[in-house]
Amino acid sequence: MSMTPNTSSTPSHHILSVLVQNRAGVLARVSSLFARRGYNIFSLAVAPTEDPDFSRITIVVDVESSPLEQIVKQLFKLIDVVKISELDPRRSVERELMMATVRVASEDRGPVVELTNIFEGKILAVGTEAITVSLEGSPDKLDDFEELLRGYGIVELQRTGRVALPKLDKEARTRPLKNGKAS
Amino acid sequence: MTEQITGAQALIRALELENVDTIFGLPGGCILPAYDPLLDSHIRHILVRHEQGAGHMAEGYAHVTGRPGVALVTSGPAATNMVTPLCDAYMDSIPMICITGQVPTSAIGTDAFQECDTVGITRSVTKHNELVMSADEIPLIVRQAFHIATTGRPGPVLIDVPKDCLQNMMTWYWPTDEEVLESLPGYKPNTKGHSRMIKEAARLILDSKQPVLYVGGGVLKARAADTLRELAELINTPVVTTLMARGAFPDSHPLCLGMPGMHGNATAITAMQKSDLLINLGARFDDRITGKVSTFAPDAKIIHVDIDPAEQGKVRRPDVPIVGDCRLVIEELVKTIKEMLANGEVQADISAWKSRVSGWQEQFPLYYSPSDPGEALKPQFCLEKLHELAPAGTILCSGVGQHQMFSSQFWKFEEPYTWVNSGGLGTMGFSIPAAIGAKVARPDRTVWAVDGDGCFQMTAQELVTASVERIPIKVAVMNNSYLGMVRQWQEMFYDERYSEVYLSPELPDFVKWAEAMGCVGIRVESPEEVEPAIALANSINDRSVVVEFRVDAGEKVFPMVPAGAGNDDVLLHPNQNDRREFLR
Ligand SMILES: Cc1ncc(C[n+]2csc(CCOP(=O)(O)OP(=O)(O)O)c2C)c(N)n1
Ligand SMILES: [Mg+2]
Repeated sequence: MSMTPNTSSTPSHHILSVLVQNRAGVLARVSSLFARRGYNIFSLAVAPTEDPDFSRITIVVDVESSPLEQIVKQLFKLIDVVKISELDPRRSVERELMMATVRVASEDRGPVVELTNIFEGKILAVGTEAITVSLEGSPDKLDDFEELLRGYGIVELQRTGRVALPKLDKEARTRPLKNGKAS
Repeated sequence: MTEQITGAQALIRALELENVDTIFGLPGGCILPAYDPLLDSHIRHILVRHEQGAGHMAEGYAHVTGRPGVALVTSGPAATNMVTPLCDAYMDSIPMICITGQVPTSAIGTDAFQECDTVGITRSVTKHNELVMSADEIPLIVRQAFHIATTGRPGPVLIDVPKDCLQNMMTWYWPTDEEVLESLPGYKPNTKGHSRMIKEAARLILDSKQPVLYVGGGVLKARAADTLRELAELINTPVVTTLMARGAFPDSHPLCLGMPGMHGNATAITAMQKSDLLINLGARFDDRITGKVSTFAPDAKIIHVDIDPAEQGKVRRPDVPIVGDCRLVIEELVKTIKEMLANGEVQADISAWKSRVSGWQEQFPLYYSPSDPGEALKPQFCLEKLHELAPAGTILCSGVGQHQMFSSQFWKFEEPYTWVNSGGLGTMGFSIPAAIGAKVARPDRTVWAVDGDGCFQMTAQELVTASVERIPIKVAVMNNSYLGMVRQWQEMFYDERYSEVYLSPELPDFVKWAEAMGCVGIRVESPEEVEPAIALANSINDRSVVVEFRVDAGEKVFPMVPAGAGNDDVLLHPNQNDRREFLR
């Protein structure tokens, strides 16, 4: 679920990976906390984790609207929130999925197919007047693809909002934010 | 081991096992099944006249005991009537359990009769809320609710119970403490302060030349009044008690400066402004205290002790943040400072600061112009007399408005848990139900509610509850015929253009209304009548008493920091204005 315009995030955006108990109403608690405290959500994605008792909510927050520290602390106060990690965008892998339907007559379809292939996207459906393509990748890559597709006339476009995990290398790349610490 | 009972029986049994002795409530369709086993329970149920009353009664009960107050109401309109008390309890961190009925699970989402999205509506005004989905869940959810409401930063928890969950059978069990904790992996409040931070705080305290102890409601929640006194005396430091902390430190103590903030006294306000170290114990830099934040206590370093990490740095960035329970942290602070002193360290000389503070106290006592014979009665005079004549240990509850500020200013609080008011939300109508809740919890104490004529008209019907349930409270209505506090703002900041603040000089007839509700009604119009009326009220213990004081409508609350202004620009009583230069 994406709640935002499809523009790329700027350095004032932070990725919070929020582990929550997998229970009815958790998403509503998180999103109403953002609304109630006047914080902006840039994008938000939620899905179950490897452990069915927990879900992970990946929230990209617009931190210009308020200090990240307050957002994290307020989130911690939700009883269903178990753990919050801030992912440093430079040290995490981020992925997003986009689908787009482009209006092109069958004879002009070539360039769109070519573009999709260059980006290593997929052709999902082909009609006489339009073609639906998908691309999974980093948000930046999706931005570029979207920009280039625009020239052909996008009829419909949907992005998922990003999910992220820390990069794997020698050092641990997440900052688990512990309750009570001024992070 | 496999006893089969209904969800309703499980609910009442769970409340009994949580040591609930009183429930404030009013039944209706969806909660009906719970009212049946209640008949067989030793729990006392107090039938209110409006659900908001049940909520404020539960709050009053919690204020004076520290134990969670419990309210039980039905779905839909009853649940929405609870929103105000829930929000009130949330803002003032009052432990409270609210149980609402809900339409049967099969009907949820169909706009059934008296269905409303109770958990959705109350999400942002509760510490936590939960919709029960089956009868089996009831014992664990009740235990979780009490645990959450009373630990960490206390607050209200709501349990929404669909009717079928009350009717269905379940196998009784009672979760252990471990099971409760395990079921809440995301809830681990931190109570013990960080020892390095406590050392740093002790260092700042010993080095400070102009310290102030800024004491908030957290000290009362942590039951830390004794420890606070030990700390204050150890470091010989002046104490201000916020509106939520009145009584946490005795007003008669030589170190007590009284209440700071928008209607605080000039010394408390100025001492904070000029201090070089604010030791914030369980307060939250509320805007009613800080005034304009950018000019608040500009030279002060900040030690901030709060059990809620989110309060640290929310308004003012602390130099030393300490997340923890006020009692545990203050005890550690005292210990650490004593050790440092024993090791030969010395506290900086604060005598110059102390004499500056006493200078302000001499120049700027709380003041009002007493009425000349034949002039209208002054509300401040009534408050002074109420306090003078009050039996020892009297609990004072107040509504919201001028009378609330006069109460906090002119009553002298000597004991914790003797002041019950609506601070954060400022809920008109709070005082009468809160006083009833307080009296239920402390039948041994005299409970006075000081109310405005406006406030009284919002929840007075609960005096019927008080009469029927034989809960004798005393109510002082400060009748100025106005929504006085709003009138004051219009006089001062809207060029005396009075818009919709005049109530009525004659209506209602408070005495007749009191009598109609089974209370004794007394009207007081002149200063000579004040003492005899209060003495009479104090002598009546088998019924509630309403004393209507016809007070001067033109009286304003001073000092006052106008909204948006800095504390340096506090407006003094006009009679003290010529001395303003001393406030430096
Ligand atoms: C429920 C509610 N509505 C409105 C207000 C705004 N308000 C604050 S004080 C006040 C006037 C209260 O009048 P009264 O009870 O007569 O007290 P007084 O100020 O005259 O002592 C009002 C309307 C409020 N605090 N609460
Ligand atoms: Mg009034």
